[in-house]
Amino acid sequence: MADEPNAPVEGAPASKGPPAKPAQPAVPPNLAGKTTSAAVAPRRPPARKKKVVDDTSPLLSRRSWLGLAWGSFTAASAGALAATGRFMFPNVLNEPPQQFKIGFPDEYAPGVDERWKDRFGIWVVRTPSDIVQEAGGFYALISVCTHLGCTPNWLSAELKFKCPCHGSGFRPTGVNFEGPAPRPLERARIVLADDGQILVDKARKFQFELGQWADPESFLRV
Amino acid sequence: MADTKIVAPKEGALERSWNWLTETQVWKSVFRHNAPITDRNRVLVVLSNVFLHLHPVRLRKSGVRLRYTWCMGGLSFFLFLSLTFTGVLLMFYYRPTLEYAYTDIVGLREHVPLGIMREMHRWGAHAMVVTVWLHMFRVFMTGSYKPPREFNWNIGVIMLVLTLLLSFTGYLLPWDQLAIWAITVGSNMARATPFMGSEGPGSALLMLGDVRLIHAADDARFALLGGTFVGEGALLRFYVLHCVGLPLAIAVLMAVHFWRVRKDGGISGPV
Repeated sequence: MADEPNAPVEGAPASKGPPAKPAQPAVPPNLAGKTTSAAVAPRRPPARKKKVVDDTSPLLSRRSWLGLAWGSFTAASAGALAATGRFMFPNVLNEPPQQFKIGFPDEYAPGVDERWKDRFGIWVVRTPSDIVQEAGGFYALISVCTHLGCTPNWLSAELKFKCPCHGSGFRPTGVNFEGPAPRPLERARIVLADDGQILVDKARKFQFELGQWADPESFLRV
Repeated sequence: MADTKIVAPKEGALERSWNWLTETQVWKSVFRHNAPITDRNRVLVVLSNVFLHLHPVRLRKSGVRLRYTWCMGGLSFFLFLSLTFTGVLLMFYYRPTLEYAYTDIVGLREHVPLGIMREMHRWGAHAMVVTVWLHMFRVFMTGSYKPPREFNWNIGVIMLVLTLLLSFTGYLLPWDQLAIWAITVGSNMARATPFMGSEGPGSALLMLGDVRLIHAADDARFALLGGTFVGEGALLRFYVLHCVGLPLAIAVLMAVHFWRVRKDGGISGPV
């Protein structure tokens, strides 16, 4: 459109082709703010600019429109990308609850109880005397191997937890004694609920090596 | 067509109909060039066919020297194609749910004719990992990663990772004990992702008041598994990644890879 006000060159074979040297545009295109050679701009006095057809919007200049358009496009793309990322994190999970009641204390005999392993991923252990608390009561061991996260098996004949993946072994207390596991099994929060049942909360974990097994909520004294 | 058409000395009914057929617009629209018996026509045929043009019209002698290339790139591509084919066939029988996944895998062996299809997919996958590594080894040993082929080396490294990820995601799909615990162990590494893993360095810095922003239910591992352990969400995510996401990504990169091979001087050619 900037070529429109070209002065017709006499005898020019094709005015739309690359113009001959003298066929400079009679009125230069609006180069304000554009990167251009310094040789072009000063050649024409600014007084002739009034003949240029002003195709800019009364609101914004062409450059501002472009900036706004690209800015909006970038923002919309970023928003879409963020929404795509958020899409991968559902609001509801069909996973076992982290906090649950496991019945009354007198339902458990001394030793390792496996009844909640499949459903909730814990062993309930009733002990006459705990190694840290030095009292009788309950603790809940989380059935996740501290090596790489497999589920160990309770071997009642050998009185140990044994991980089938890489052979880590744990005492009934949860303390590791063989294989590659670097630290004892974790214990979950275990307290008495208002109705007298035992309440286990896996969201709160207690690690032996951090001295957390001394926490009163890591052990239920009976 | 006159110079290449085989014309019988005496035109019988068969020849006449053949001549008529080869002059029809339909025939000519399909067979767009004369028979490729001259150099010029060979080039024309190759260049105007989307599948044939993937291969160069001319090769250097060194490009087909097996002792130099081991044909490992070509074998990797061939294995990818056969894995795509067998994989699509497996998708007709496999359902990625807790209820059906394992029994469908067993059924692929026991209930489906030609029960080796799954084995072909499995062994082909193992073979592709091997050929991709050997291809990389060959490219390194022949110095083919040097300028101007550095860009293509980078593409190749990404495709190596994608190949391993395809192998990893496919490993879960049989949904047996080996698969579940292998993915449990493997995905636990994502816990240690810097900032984005719940046990990774820096993740404890992302706090809102005293609430951790990055925890086990919203970290990188969770995004991978669609849950906090390897369950139905993980099976479905790995299935989608294995069958759609990763193959699409690696196919696009393959196109770039092959194109760059041509632009950077051809297979094993001097630059």
